[in-house]
This record gives sequence, structure tokens and C-alpha cells, in this order.
Amino acid sequence: MNLNFTAEEKEFQQEVRQFLQEKLPSELARKTKKAIHLSKEEYIQWQQTLYIQGWAATNWPVEYGGTGWTQTQKYIFANECAIGGAPDIIPFGLKMVAPIIYTFGSEEQKQRFLPDILSSKVWWCQGYSETGAGSDLAAVRTTAVKEGDEYVVNGTKTWTTLGQYADWIFCLVRTGHPSEKNQEAISFLLINMHDPKITVSPIITIDGKHEVNEVHFDGVRVPAENLIGAEGQGWTYAKVLLTHERTGIARVAMSKDRLVQLKELAETTADGADKLIDDPIFAQKVANLEIDLLALEYTDLRTLSAISTGKAPGPESSILKIVGTQIIQAIDELYVEAAGYYSMPFVPEQYHDDFDGQFIGTDVATNSSLRYFNNRKTSIYGGSNEIQTNIISKAVLGL
Amino acid sequence: MDFSLSSEQQMIQDSVSRFILNDYDFDSRRKILKSAAGYSQENWKVFADLGWLMLPFGEEDGGLGGSMVDLMLVMEEFGKGMVVEPFIATAVMAGGAIALTGNQEQKDDYLPRIMAGELQMAFAYAEPQSRYHLNNVTCSAIEKEGEFVITGQKSVVLNGNHADTLVVAARTSGDVNDPNGISLFIVDAHHPSVRRKGYANVDGHQAADIWFDKTPTLGLLGAQGKALPAIENIIDKATVAVCAEAVGAMQIAHERTLEYAKTRKQFGRTIGSFQAIQHRLVHMFIEHQQAKSILLMAVLKMDSNNGNDPKALSAAKSRIGKAANLVGRESIQIHGGIGMTDEIDVGHLFKRLTTIQYLFGSTDVHTKRFASL
Repeated sequence: MNLNFTAEEKEFQQEVRQFLQEKLPSELARKTKKAIHLSKEEYIQWQQTLYIQGWAATNWPVEYGGTGWTQTQKYIFANECAIGGAPDIIPFGLKMVAPIIYTFGSEEQKQRFLPDILSSKVWWCQGYSETGAGSDLAAVRTTAVKEGDEYVVNGTKTWTTLGQYADWIFCLVRTGHPSEKNQEAISFLLINMHDPKITVSPIITIDGKHEVNEVHFDGVRVPAENLIGAEGQGWTYAKVLLTHERTGIARVAMSKDRLVQLKELAETTADGADKLIDDPIFAQKVANLEIDLLALEYTDLRTLSAISTGKAPGPESSILKIVGTQIIQAIDELYVEAAGYYSMPFVPEQYHDDFDGQFIGTDVATNSSLRYFNNRKTSIYGGSNEIQTNIISKAVLGL
Repeated sequence: MDFSLSSEQQMIQDSVSRFILNDYDFDSRRKILKSAAGYSQENWKVFADLGWLMLPFGEEDGGLGGSMVDLMLVMEEFGKGMVVEPFIATAVMAGGAIALTGNQEQKDDYLPRIMAGELQMAFAYAEPQSRYHLNNVTCSAIEKEGEFVITGQKSVVLNGNHADTLVVAARTSGDVNDPNGISLFIVDAHHPSVRRKGYANVDGHQAADIWFDKTPTLGLLGAQGKALPAIENIIDKATVAVCAEAVGAMQIAHERTLEYAKTRKQFGRTIGSFQAIQHRLVHMFIEHQQAKSILLMAVLKMDSNNGNDPKALSAAKSRIGKAANLVGRESIQIHGGIGMTDEIDVGHLFKRLTTIQYLFGSTDVHTKRFASL
């Protein structure tokens, strides 16, 4: 057992730092750290910078263009990216559908889709949830009926994150008979979002943002060659994908950096005659979160260590989702508290590049409540924390 | 001991409750939020016509008595509908300041117009650096040839963008944290030396940051340099108002979540049939009941002590803050994705329950104040 980085790992860390220093625009880093809205172009630009460096796909096998990094290198990279303020990778292409394609797709599908995902030429979105299929994802009702060498798709997907930008969507659809058991009737289908029979309607969330959508399929004809693997296997594939989603889900690096920033903020935030950091109750709340996060970091590292010795992440990785999101939300709340009255004004326009009016509050104060509201989603999406709790109770504890 | 309402109190509660049910449904509220003013003049007139704007004022001032129990009854119903009209800013805070500290001439000038719904007011006290310290005032009022002029900034002034007249806390002497030397002034909000940046808050309430630059006043309220106790009392009353609002909002948030759990089906059964969800709905219910109880404690104690019991009030704000936090978060979580949308009321209740935790002193601030008294 060894906690220290090797000389090579330290060298790698330096290499990452230098890359970020040279290639990550400071304005983009500033916006990312402060959770200021990024445009589609800003995300793509960063992902293409990573692509040129050969670092776009940290999880992929080398043969498809992955980095071939060890778990420790991935950990170092994630940490440095968070500290440096690199934007999140939009996960739907690089982290979600790509592993499905290279694991279960045909040779032709790999050649057709993986290069454009790697270079962020196409934007993917996820078509899983439906109105009646949230936590109970296997209850999807969107149908794909085979007609000749096409599937005819009808139905509505919801909570489709950034679907308004997407060129492609990967969907769970029912190809089986309605009487069939849910899990065995589901297939995994790739659909071109530019089809005129697809309409995307925005859903505005409580932070006033347009981040998620409903995607309607009205007799969309999809070539049968866009089916991944075999009919009826979609559920199995999706479960593999959900495991991929688990790694990195603890968001330890980001939360660590946000706590560092929060302490800096509290040191400069006036609290009457004092500074906010001098308020023992506030300081204790920050300390408690730091301690929780340290425990989570080592739970995360234990999972990584298991993966690097060849074990797949087990159901206990649900701990990472549950605790990781609890910590994210608790940090959000402390930012709101630090902002005090300035958590209240709804003035998102003042964070736009072209804003030239009177700025309200200091720094990200007025963004704090919006982030707190928005991140309520983290304990809901990706398998709600209740579902994660059930997974631990059934699969780990045998209850 | 008898916690039942008098027939007058029952009438007040019924009339506000009817208004919320009939005229302040979610869609009507959305229209108000989207309107240019962000609140409804028409509703304001209703508040005046039905005498609600007279409630916070004593009979000697032409009001209906001004008891904390009455205020609680109105605000609890307002909380159920998430009323955004500036009742607290105009009637409880600015009007309260004039009633508490004004001379007869000032009262005669302003109070009848407030009660008739003819005057919009705001109470400008917080500053960027002050957070919740009411004694921390940098905004200065300097006397020149017998007239005061005010210079400085006030933060997130509720109704500050629509107010015609402001009550402003400014320092006439002492250093920035001196409890002495703070005075209250009436100020014409439309004076050219007053600059305002208005906005809506995340909960839909209207507010503004306000800058004064050698702004003349319309008069000093009360004794010069001695305003802090009055400011504390006014903020305590406003705190009662938002505490009651939170209790009403929690009731609806719980009801909505309960209804949803009883009807939303996943895995072939209602999610309310899962014990994990049942217990959480019970915890929300307990929090709401505890919040209602401690609010009652505070208003009864304040009413029996001339509208003033800081320790009881801080106990209520602290406990209600905790309840509002849990009930708000759980309402969203149990609703799942649909709770995240702007389309249904539960997200709006959550937002109001969030801002209330940070209005007039955070939960921690009131816990500390309770311990210190």
C-alpha cells in the first residue's frame, strides 16, 4: 500500500499542469470555476483542444484513440483539470455512447461513429428517461417497429440534457411485444437528431435555464444498421453504461476545488466588522464538509485501486454517487449562505460576455442560489440516490 | 389556554384563504411574475379594500390592531399562494418604521396612504458588507445647514424598485459598528440623486440595490442616533411574517409531494407505497408541525410583550429555517425530475423556502442570537 506518486506520475502531473497552463484559455477557466454558462462552441473548442493533445478519451482503449492511462494518471488528470478550471467533458458522446459502441457495436459502427466522437465533431445526447420511466427506466414506452430494413420510432424522451445542440441521440426503445418482460423488450438504437420527424421542446428548470428537453419521435425512420448489438439486449448494454457513468461520479476533484475557493471567498467576505471565515459556525460547516470529502476521496481511491488491479467497479460504487452528490449540494448551500442577501437577486444576464450594466453583488454571489437550485438534479439524475440506496441494499447487503 | 381563533381572526384567515384559492392560483401568479411590474396593482387594491393593509397597524394609528397573531394568519395564507405583492416591504417594514418611530405629523402623512394602498414603500437597511448585522451601517447622513443628506449603498431592498418613498437607515454619528448613531430617514425614492437597479429575486419578489449621493431627506424618524432598537423590532416583525409564510409554503409543498407520491407510479406501484418514501413524507410532516408550533410560541410571546420578544422570535426563525430547508429539498427530491421544472409550483415553493432561510438573518444567525439572549 502506497500513497505517494511515483517519479513518472509526478512528471505526468507536471505535463498536465503545463498543458492546462498553455492551452486552457483563462477566461474559459474563470467561467468554469464560477459555473457561468458556457456556449456550445466553448465546450466543443475545449474538447477539440483535448483531442489534438490526444487526451479526449481517458477511458477508451488505446486502439480506438484512448489515452491508455493508468487509474492513477486518470485521477491526476481529473484533479488537475478541476484545479485548473477545465470545463467538464460533455459526457454523452465520449463517456456514455462510445463505450457502448466499442464494446457492443459492429466493426462498421465503430468506424462510423467513434472518430467523430473522439474529435467532438458530433454532439450526442441521451434518450433514456420518459415521463413514465424515470427511476423505473425499464418501463420505457418509446417503440421501434421493424419495417423492412428500418425501424419506425414513436414516442417521447424527456430530461434530454443539451438535446437542443445534439446531432445524434442514443435511445432505449421497445422493439419487443408489449407483453414481453420490460428488460427483454428493450433495444439500443442510435438516431440522427436532424430527422425532420424529431422535434425538441425545451424544459425550463427552476434556475431559469434551458438545459433539458423533451424529444418527440413521430414516425422517425431509422436504418436497422443503427441498432447496437442484438434486439432485446439494450437493457444489458445500458447497465454496462451506467457502470461507466459511476466512475468519476464522486466529483471529488471538483468539490475539493470548490471548497478551496469557498474558503478564499469566506476570507474576503465581510460579515459586519469581521470576515465570514471568522464565524465559528460557518468555519465548522466548511471543516465538516472537508472531512466528509476526505473520506469520499479515499472511498473513491479504493474503488480506483480495485479497478486498476483488474476488478470491475462493483455496486458499492453507488456510495460514490450518493455521497458525492450530497457533498456537491452541501457545498452549494454554503455558497448561498456566504452570499447572504446577494444569493437572492435573479440577474443571470450579468455573467454574460456582453453585459455592460450595473453588476449586482460581488463575484458569483448571485449565481450561488441558481447553482444550488440546479444541482438538486444531481441526486435525481443518473439513477436517483434512492435507486443507488436500493442497489446497495440489494446487491451489497443482500437485503 | 386556548389556541382557537377569535371570530375576527377567523374572518381574516377565511378572507385571505379565499383570495389565494380563487384569485392567486399558480397560473395567475405566473402571469404576475411575467408582467412588467412583477406584482399586481389590482391585487394591491384588493389588499387595501379588504383591510389587510390595515392589519399591521395599531388602532391608534387607524389600523386593525397590529397583533403578531393577525400577521401570522395573513402571512401563512400568503405563503400557501407564494404572494409576491410587497406587503412585508410596504406595510410591515416601512409602514412599521413610521408607526414605531414617526411623529404624529409623519404618521398622519404616510400611514393612511399606505393603508389605502396608495403608497408603495421600502425599508432600506442592509448594506453589502453588513450581512445580518443591523448595527453595521456605513451609509452616512450628514447634516448641512439643518438638513441631512444621505450617501451610500443599500442592498437587496425589497420593493426598492417600485417604492415611491423609502425609509433609510443611515449613520449620523459613531463608527461603522456603533449601535448608537444610527438614524432612520424618510427619503423620496424619485429624487434625482437616488439611483436604483431593480430586479426580481429568485423567489419572484421585486427588489433593488439603491445608491444615494448626497440625497436630501423628507425628515428624520424618531430620535437622532437612537434607531437601532426600532430597526431590530421592525426586522423581527418582518421575520415573523416570513416565518409564517414559510409555514404556509411548507404545508403546500408537503401536500403536493404527498399527492404526487400517492399517484406517481414506478415499478408498477405508487412511489408512496415504498416505506423509504413514506417515512420521508412523515418527516416532512413532522417538520411542518414543529415549525407551526414554534411560530405560534413566538407570536403569542411577542403579543404578550408589546410585540417584542427577540429570543422567542429567533427560536422560531432558527427552527423554521431548518424545517424549510428539509421540506423544500425533500419536495424536489421526491418529485424527481418534474420537481426541477419551472412548470409546477413545487419548485417555486422550494425557491421561496430557500430565500426565507436567508432573509432577515440566516438560521445560524438566529440560533446564535437565541443563545446570546
